[in-house]
Amino acid sequence: MVLLLIVLLPLAGSLVPLLCQHLSRGLCAWLTALLPAIALGISLSQTSLVLDGEVLRHSLEWIPTLGLSLALRLDGLSFLFTLLILGIGLLIILYARYYLAENDSIVRFYGFLMLFMTAMLGIVTANNLLLLWFFWELTSLSSFLLIGYWYRESDARKGARMALTVTGAGGLALLAGFLLIGQLVGSYNIDDVIAAADQIRGSTLYPLILILVLLGCFTKSAQFPFQFWLPHAMAAPTPVSAYLHSATMVKAGVFLLARMFPILSGTQWWFYIVTLVGMITLLYGAWFALMKQDLKGVLAFSTISHLGLITLLFGFDSRLAAIAAVLHIINHATFKASLFMAAGIVDHECGTRDIRKLNGLWRYMPYTTALATVASASMAGVPLLNGFISKEMFLAESLETQMFGGLSWLVPVLATLGSVLSVTYALRFVHDVFFNGEPKQLPHKPHEPPRYMRLPMEILIVLCIAVGLLPALTVGELLRAASATMMPAAELPEIDLAIWHGFSLPLLMSAVALGGGLLVYVLRHFLYNFQRQFRVRDARLVFESVVQGIINGAERLLGRFENGSLQRYMFWLMLAALLFATLGLMAIPELSGPAAPQPVDGVVATGGLLLCLAGLGTAFLHHRRLVALILLSVVGMLVSLAFARFSAPDLALTQLAVEVVTMILLMLALFFLPQTTPRESSGYRILRDGLLASAFGGVVASLNYAVLTHPVERISQFMIDNSVPGGGGHNVVNVILVDFRGFDTLGEITVLCIAGLAIYKLLNRLRLAMPSGDMEGRAWISERYPVILSVVSQALLPFALMVSIYIFLRGHNAPGGGFIAGLVTGVALILLYMARGVEWTQRRLPFQYQPIAVTGVAIALFTGLGSWLFEHPFLTSAFGHFHIPVIGDIELATAMLFDLGVYLAVVGATLMILANLGKVTTPHRPSREKT
Amino acid sequence: MELIYSICTGVLTTSGIFLALRGRTFPVVVGLTLLTYAVNLFLFSMGGLHTAASTVIGSDMPMADPLPQALVLTAIVIGFAMTAFVVILAMRARGDLGSDHVDGQRREESREAS
Repeated sequence: MVLLLIVLLPLAGSLVPLLCQHLSRGLCAWLTALLPAIALGISLSQTSLVLDGEVLRHSLEWIPTLGLSLALRLDGLSFLFTLLILGIGLLIILYARYYLAENDSIVRFYGFLMLFMTAMLGIVTANNLLLLWFFWELTSLSSFLLIGYWYRESDARKGARMALTVTGAGGLALLAGFLLIGQLVGSYNIDDVIAAADQIRGSTLYPLILILVLLGCFTKSAQFPFQFWLPHAMAAPTPVSAYLHSATMVKAGVFLLARMFPILSGTQWWFYIVTLVGMITLLYGAWFALMKQDLKGVLAFSTISHLGLITLLFGFDSRLAAIAAVLHIINHATFKASLFMAAGIVDHECGTRDIRKLNGLWRYMPYTTALATVASASMAGVPLLNGFISKEMFLAESLETQMFGGLSWLVPVLATLGSVLSVTYALRFVHDVFFNGEPKQLPHKPHEPPRYMRLPMEILIVLCIAVGLLPALTVGELLRAASATMMPAAELPEIDLAIWHGFSLPLLMSAVALGGGLLVYVLRHFLYNFQRQFRVRDARLVFESVVQGIINGAERLLGRFENGSLQRYMFWLMLAALLFATLGLMAIPELSGPAAPQPVDGVVATGGLLLCLAGLGTAFLHHRRLVALILLSVVGMLVSLAFARFSAPDLALTQLAVEVVTMILLMLALFFLPQTTPRESSGYRILRDGLLASAFGGVVASLNYAVLTHPVERISQFMIDNSVPGGGGHNVVNVILVDFRGFDTLGEITVLCIAGLAIYKLLNRLRLAMPSGDMEGRAWISERYPVILSVVSQALLPFALMVSIYIFLRGHNAPGGGFIAGLVTGVALILLYMARGVEWTQRRLPFQYQPIAVTGVAIALFTGLGSWLFEHPFLTSAFGHFHIPVIGDIELATAMLFDLGVYLAVVGATLMILANLGKVTTPHRPSREKT
Repeated sequence: MELIYSICTGVLTTSGIFLALRGRTFPVVVGLTLLTYAVNLFLFSMGGLHTAASTVIGSDMPMADPLPQALVLTAIVIGFAMTAFVVILAMRARGDLGSDHVDGQRREESREAS
């Protein structure tokens, strides 16, 4: 519960700024700070527990099937980070209140900041890899919002986009790595994963997992070659830079290195990748920190360099190095956050961050100068400050590494070189800005910032000095607890935190770094002249051009496939389907199965021949549309006969009725469409389509033959067994429709109804030219309603209705049912429409068909819902036997009510389609004179 | 018998797909209808081909497989609804775009085509 509060309080805190929108800025800042302050208090109340080595856990199920749970843990490492995130976060809230201008929305800023704080706390306390990843991506998103806070400026937008792209892409790699770990271990719980560390390291997938996870870490922590986004993220307001880009977000990557240290480290892969990347980043960042003219640019590159240092320490194959890395995380967070704040103050009071203009500020802001000097000295590793402690540990560890064999001496040399450069840029930050002459052309006259804007810096500086003077007393316990989570307690090395270790090689290296740094600073103009020979490419332009290139490529690719032509889509769809079907078919060892073939009789042979001829004829004669349509109806009739021949009377009846309706529909439609299809396909296209279609047909025929000749195992035995006792009907097909699979049927009549309604809307206000004659120019017959047809259809109607009622009633026990009865009724009514015209029929049958169809669906739905009243599942049917005079003994089941719904839906939908289409023809039938 | 049946579904599929790949709406509709027949026949045969059988319990004939029949029955009705929708869509498209071509481009129809 405690754990949940630590994460959720800042989340609730992101709403606080919204609520105190109308209050003064000061009050808003204090109220916003309230909830994180409580969270910090709660965390601190757990200090003694955590320092004793206990791990607090809290777990709630979230999506168990995915292995995702809301599992949190508070161990030494997460405790340390929680303090950093909440502590520095509170200072940033205070600082931002003075930093942001009057017209910047403080509400938006605090809202995003608290969201980010929640995400960071989630990362460090997550005890589930998926949960960790969730918060990981949340930091990417909230940092996007924060970097783009001044969204009116192009730099801010582009910087935010770049940061999101790089860290988001890294996050996806991380997810892939986590998923692999989860597959391997069978759990995403971090405790389980740590327990299975040997299994992971021994797996053949280990290199892949390592690279994916490291991609996540390196993109987030701006390691080479992903470092380019960090300097551009400096377009953010300075409090954001101080918080995200020194103390927290970029530390998420190194936090994950620490979290993964017990799981993934200790192999050659880990050692070489992590040390090399760390070393390159350390030197690269240090060099460019020296070259930048922008105050925040200097700090951004120095951050990259220090992150490289931390990564390098994690890479060393030594437990003490990992501990040094954690210590440097603390130290870097304190001195770098205060340096960013100093940069923010300078920017705020002078109106520029250009080092060439900023000089000699100590006269105007002596107090800030003093604070910045101490922070810089800590960054440079001057003794008696916290930076010195971790830097000396780093130098000592660099001497221990033997992994590079005969070239291992390079490591301490390069480490010292990095330290020399770090001293130089620290010196430059102080000397060039606060001393060294007079300021040039400043927009404002500089002065000290408000009292409380300096306060956060002061607190951080006090921490720098306190840790520097009394390291064992201040952070010793915390460091021990944090280290205990990275390695088994028994293997925890003795941590010797002291300022003075006697005269040793690391001390000498520190001295060399300080002296060398001073010397390089004095001779820095040579370096600048050297650097000038290179044309530095702007990372943002490169990035933008890459992004633009990808977009253009994607558009070209999409354009090739998606050109708006149905023909092309169909072709690709069919080709893909053919490919998969072919692959499936090739897996069958033998096409012809063991089942004995049934004897062929003359009727089947004739029917099959006719069916094939009619089918092929439809394709060959499709240019003459009416002929094709007639052949299509022949196919439909033969299909209906086939159903009858193979013992499916229900299907035969349905097919017959549907065939009639379809033909009327297509005839009506053809009336409005061209009567012939122009011959426009090229020979190549006809050949291509013909081959594809033939191949497809061949595959389907083979597949069908294979199925028919293999013995089939029926899955419907359950339905046959339970049809009478459970469903109360003897016609199993009908019982399946209205009972066993009633839910499917409900879905299907709903689709039918929706199709009808859609057609109704499509026909609304449709105006089409109607031809006055057929394709050979013969005029349509002048007699609109033939007498014989009218008489016959009128006489037929009552019979047809009677038949449909009969079919409906007997459907449960003999072939028939709602679908067929509905179609028969529909056909009879349509015949009437055709014989008498819409106006005549509509006068006598004043129905709107839309409500009928909808009522049908509603009846079916409520029949299903009705079973809830009797505490049965949806669509449970009940039935009983009744004796009705004349008709005889029948069964009445609730399924029959459901079938009534089906009946009404089918009648309604069919007539909705055809009667509405028919209406289009009536209002103004063109006479011959008109055209 | 099995061979004849399979050849029929194959031929209907071939004709259906060939027509569905044409460039005008009406052949596409006809092709889809043919394809519907083929698919229905195919699905229906998944329960085996039964001669002189029944799906009614209590008749003196052997039982045919009722499940594919029930599935195909609804498929036939839905197939009709889809055919109707597509053909009306084709009419509407001709009304709005002035052409019955399926490449989605607005163009003036030539006299011969109408």
